[in-house]
Amino acid sequence: MMKIEAIIQPSRFESVKDALREIGIEGMTVTEVRGHGRQKGHTEVYRGREYTVDLLPKLKLEMVLPDPLVQRAVDTILKTAKTGKIGDGKIFLSRVEEAIRIRNEERGENAL
Amino acid sequence: MKHLGWKCCFLMTMVLAAVPLLAQQPPSSAATSSPPATSGTTSAASSETSKAVNDKLAQLDTRVTAAQSAGDNAWMLVSAALVLMMTGPGLALFYGGLVRRKNTLAIMMQSFLLMALISVLWALVGYSLCFGGNGPVIGGFEHAFLRGVGADPNPDYAGTIPQSTFMIYQLMFAIITPALITGATAERMKFSGTVLFLTLWFLVVYAPLAHMVWGKGGFLNASLGGKFPTLDFAGGTVVHISSGVSALVCALYLGKRTGYPKQPMPPHSLVLSFIGACLLWVGWFGFNAGSALAASALATSAFVATHFATAAAAISWSLAEWIKNGRASALGAISGAVAGLVAITPAAGFVGPMPALAIGFIAGLVCYWMVTKVKSIFGYDDALDAFGVHGAGGTIGALLTGVFAQQVINPIFGAGKPVGGMDGHWGQLGNQLVGVLIAWGFALVGTIVLLKITDMITGVRVTETEEIEGLDITQHGEEAYNLES
Repeated sequence: MMKIEAIIQPSRFESVKDALREIGIEGMTVTEVRGHGRQKGHTEVYRGREYTVDLLPKLKLEMVLPDPLVQRAVDTILKTAKTGKIGDGKIFLSRVEEAIRIRNEERGENAL
Repeated sequence: MKHLGWKCCFLMTMVLAAVPLLAQQPPSSAATSSPPATSGTTSAASSETSKAVNDKLAQLDTRVTAAQSAGDNAWMLVSAALVLMMTGPGLALFYGGLVRRKNTLAIMMQSFLLMALISVLWALVGYSLCFGGNGPVIGGFEHAFLRGVGADPNPDYAGTIPQSTFMIYQLMFAIITPALITGATAERMKFSGTVLFLTLWFLVVYAPLAHMVWGKGGFLNASLGGKFPTLDFAGGTVVHISSGVSALVCALYLGKRTGYPKQPMPPHSLVLSFIGACLLWVGWFGFNAGSALAASALATSAFVATHFATAAAAISWSLAEWIKNGRASALGAISGAVAGLVAITPAAGFVGPMPALAIGFIAGLVCYWMVTKVKSIFGYDDALDAFGVHGAGGTIGALLTGVFAQQVINPIFGAGKPVGGMDGHWGQLGNQLVGVLIAWGFALVGTIVLLKITDMITGVRVTETEEIEGLDITQHGEEAYNLES
């Protein structure tokens, strides 16, 4: 089991979600986050006072998948979330030791 | 300002026109019922006839007066409600959106508190101090506890509406004026200090100024025999200069907000401010057009001038921003509109639509410059720009009133007599300057003294810890946004 954390541009979310569903990924958790990597922020001006906003809104998708699905999911995200500009986000992969479904206490890949 | 002369003319014409109509009827009816017999009965009949005519005339007079009073009263009650709407929710939303999230309720509460507090003070002594008596500086106690304020009009101020209507209308001005000051003290003034300071400010600064400019015998009053007749149709000096200048003093006395200007303090919800500004624009029709104190052609003129000045100012501020930053912002457009509303306030009932456009356009540029440049040069923390918009806009408006006022719009100094510079009476600009200087001086001195007194009794500023935590929690024990509930 692997966990995929993908931080993407909010504008790409619908395409990414639809593409993931097409390859059979049924569950994910989405969080609105703010952050920045190499992308610089923008300036906002309120009554002549300039503020540099360097934390930009992004979406974080999290999903835990059985190993055979991981590569396809990563490819799908790469394909659909990419605009080619700085600020497209990142994907992090990590190994997950256990998964438990709260309703019936199923464990492992059955719980996904 | 509060001008009624033309209405009396209207009334007279109506009565005079009615005389011949009535005079023809009674004699013929008298002739059929009692044929002439002796000279004695004839004279009795004719005296009866003239009595009948007089009765009819009196009846007609009463009806005409009642009809006019009904129309005027309807408009003035609506206007009073519109002006109250400017404070709550208008100003409360406008300011509420401009502060940081943690101070939202505190600033809104200050506006709302004033709606209650000033109302009570007004009923007890406020109205009397502003409009009772005829001293040059302040009114008296003759209307304390609203004694003698009822259905009968007060001919000194508004001869066609119940004095109660005039009283409640003027109250709404007294509410919004101190509320404007809270824009400068925002995000750092103690609630107890705010209550005490604004109570004192209303009694010591607002009441005398309102009396000087609008009250009978006041020495700046233009229509009731003031020494320096200052034109102030709806409150450029009384409301905007007084609150704006006091706001500057408060900002200097309180000092900067913790973290200002290094730490970013962007408005937490421009959506709230936007709604607030739109409500202010609408409410201001009651403020300015209502100041005609009648549903008259002058009210229409003031309504029109108000609207055009506001539009022009929204455009000029946006334009300045567009040129300077490459973008026109929503905050800029609504701030410009408020600047235009402020500047046209003293001029509304004296100028035509074209001068109104000019006044608005100039005010938008001047206030933009005050808020974006002058503030940062001097470094005072006028948090929500109460001085930059109301102090500066009010001053510009008061001076430009002296330039653009015309007797064709409002012959306040008598029929045919020139009013402002456009009529060739440039001396009026001098009178306006005197009014402006007195309002500035009065507000400056009064506010410094009252802040000192408040500081000794309750203190004026919250502690740094309280300021960082936010006034909503520390001053009121609640939060504007409970996101997890």
